[in-house]
Amino acid sequence: MIAFVIRRIIQSIIVIMVVGLVAFVMFRFVGDPVNQMVGLETSIADRELLREQLGLNQPLIVQYWHFISNAAQGDFGTSYQYRRPVSEILGERLPATLELALVSAIFAIAAGIPMGVYTALYRDSVLSNIFLTVSLIGISLPSFLVGILLIFIFSVHLQWLPSFGRGEVVDLGWWSTGLLTATGLKAIILPAITLGLFQMTLIMRLVRSEMMEVLRTDFVKFAKARGLKTRVVHFGHALKNTMIPVITITGLQFGSIIAFAIITETVFQWPGSGLLFLQAVQNVDVPIMAAYLLMIAFLFVLINLIVDVLYVVVDPRIRLEGS
Amino acid sequence: MSTDYQTNEAKSLLRRVLDSDIWYSFKKSKVTMVAAGVALIIFLAALLAPLLAPHNPFDLASLSLMDSLLPPSWTGMGDPRYLLGTDDQGRDVLSTILYGSRISIAVGLASVAFAAVLGITLGLVAGYMGGAVDAVIMRVADVQLSFPAILIALLIDGTISGLTGGVNREETAFTVLVISIGLSFWVQYARTVRSSTLVERDKEYVQAARLIGLHPFLIMLRHVLPNVMGPVLVIATINLALAIITEATLSFLGVGMPSTQPSLGTMIRIGNDFLFSGEWWITLFPGALLAVLVLAVNLLGDWLRDALNPKLR
Repeated sequence: MIAFVIRRIIQSIIVIMVVGLVAFVMFRFVGDPVNQMVGLETSIADRELLREQLGLNQPLIVQYWHFISNAAQGDFGTSYQYRRPVSEILGERLPATLELALVSAIFAIAAGIPMGVYTALYRDSVLSNIFLTVSLIGISLPSFLVGILLIFIFSVHLQWLPSFGRGEVVDLGWWSTGLLTATGLKAIILPAITLGLFQMTLIMRLVRSEMMEVLRTDFVKFAKARGLKTRVVHFGHALKNTMIPVITITGLQFGSIIAFAIITETVFQWPGSGLLFLQAVQNVDVPIMAAYLLMIAFLFVLINLIVDVLYVVVDPRIRLEGS
Repeated sequence: MSTDYQTNEAKSLLRRVLDSDIWYSFKKSKVTMVAAGVALIIFLAALLAPLLAPHNPFDLASLSLMDSLLPPSWTGMGDPRYLLGTDDQGRDVLSTILYGSRISIAVGLASVAFAAVLGITLGLVAGYMGGAVDAVIMRVADVQLSFPAILIALLIDGTISGLTGGVNREETAFTVLVISIGLSFWVQYARTVRSSTLVERDKEYVQAARLIGLHPFLIMLRHVLPNVMGPVLVIATINLALAIITEATLSFLGVGMPSTQPSLGTMIRIGNDFLFSGEWWITLFPGALLAVLVLAVNLLGDWLRDALNPKLR
C-alpha cells in the first residue's frame, strides 16, 4: 500500500518535471525575457548586466533548476503585460474559475445521474429517447456555441439572466466569492450550464450503461426475487454499484472542466484564470502561459493521484495486485 | 481485351462493395444514410463554393459598407440580393458561410491527416522497435493525453506566434492551425497503432521478412502498416469532427483564422459582437451549419466504429 503510493508520487513528480521542462523551454526561448523587461533605449551593456543578474548566462540545467524551484515556491516571474508577479495575478483570478468549475460539476452530477438512471430503467420511453438525442447534440455542439445560444435566448430575448461578468462579489480574506450575492448567483447560471453540459452528457451515458449492466447481474435478480420493492432494488442495490466508476470519471473530469473553462470564460467574459490564459496566449505573455500550464499539470496530477489512492482503499483487488 | 478486363474488375469491385457487411449495415441504418447525405451535401457545397456562392466575399471591390448588417431577405427588411443577410463589412453571409465551411473543412482534413501520419509513424516505430524508443514515445503520449487537446492547441498556437513574432498572421494562420491541432491529436493514433504493431511484429510473415534481410523501415512500411490500418480509419473519422470543433473554437477565441479569411468559427466570433444589437443572423447561420456538420460527421464515425467492430455483429 505505502509502496504503491510512493511509486505513484514519484511518477507524478516526474510528470510535473517534464511539464516543467516544457514550460521552462517556452519561458526561456519564446521571446527574449530581457527584451520584454527593458525599454527601447536601454544600452547593450545594461542589457548584458540584467542578463547576468537574471542568471540567463548560466548553464541551461542550472536555469531549469532555478525555474522549477522558484515555481515550487509559487514564484513564476513577472507578467510581461501587467508588470506584476504572475502568482499574484493568478491568485486573484483562481477563485472565479474554481467556483465556476465547482458549480458546473454539481450541475453535471445533479442532472446527469437522474437522467442516466431514467434512460436505463425506461429504455424505450419517449423521454429516454429525447434525453439520448439531447445528449448526442450536447456532445456535437461546440461549447462556445452552446454559450452563445444560451445568451441569445436567456439574455437577449428573455432578458432573465446576465450575459457577462460575475455580478457582485464578496471578499472572504483572499477568496472572493460570487455565490453569496443574488447577482452573483444569477450570473453563474448560464456559464455553469455551458461548462457542465458536456460532463452532464458524459455522466448520463456512463450511468446509463453501468446501470444496464448491473441490472442484468444475479444479485439484482436475487434482490427482486426476495420481493424487495423495485425502488429499493433500483436505488439501493443497482445505483449504489454504479457509483464507483461515476465518481472516478467525475473526479478525473474536474481537471478538464477547469481547462475547458477557457472557452466558457471567454464567451461570458468571466474574470477567471482561463480568460487570463487566453489573453496571455494572444499577447504572448509567456510567464503567465508557463504558470497556467504548470498549475493545470499540478491539478491533473493531484486529482489522478487522489483517485488512484482512493481506488486502492476502496477496491481490495488492486491492493492485492500491488503487493 | 484489356478494357473488358478492367470493366470486369471495376464491376467486381462494385459487386464486392455492394455485397460487403459494411454496405449492408449502412443500408440498414437510416440515421447513417441521412448523416452521410448531409455531410456529402456540405462537403460538396464547400468544395464548389466559388461556383455556388452568389458573391465573392474576398473580393473587396464588390463590398459596400452601405450593405452592411442587412437582415435576411425574407424578414422583409433585407435586400433580395442577400438571402441570409450581410455582416458588419457588407459581406453576404451565405457566400461567407460557403467559403468559411471550405476553410473549416480544409483545416479539419489537413490536421487529421497530419495527426494521423505523425501518430501512425510514432506508433509503428514505438511498437516495432520497443525498448527505450518505445518508452520515451509512449511516456510523452501519456503526459500529453492527460491534458485536453484544446489547451495543447492553444499553447502550441501561442508558442508559434511567439516565435514568429506574430508577423504575417494572415498568411500563416492556416499552417499554424493545422500544426497546433495535428500535434494535439496524434496520441490516439500512436497508441492504437502501437498496440496492433506489438501483435503483428511477432507473427510469421514479419519474421520471414526479417529473415530475408529486409530493412526494418521497409518491413514497417510494407508489411506491418497495411495490417494495422483498420482502426485508424475510425479514429480519423471521429477526430475529423473533433478537429473541426477545435478549429472553430480556436478561431472563435481569436487565435485561429483572421477575419479576412473567415472560417465558421471566425464568423461566429464576429457575429457574437453584434448579437446584443439584434443582428443574430451573422452568428446563428454559421453556428447552425457548424453544428449540423459536426453532428453528421460524428454519426458517421459512430456508425463506422460499430460496423467495423466484429464484436458487435
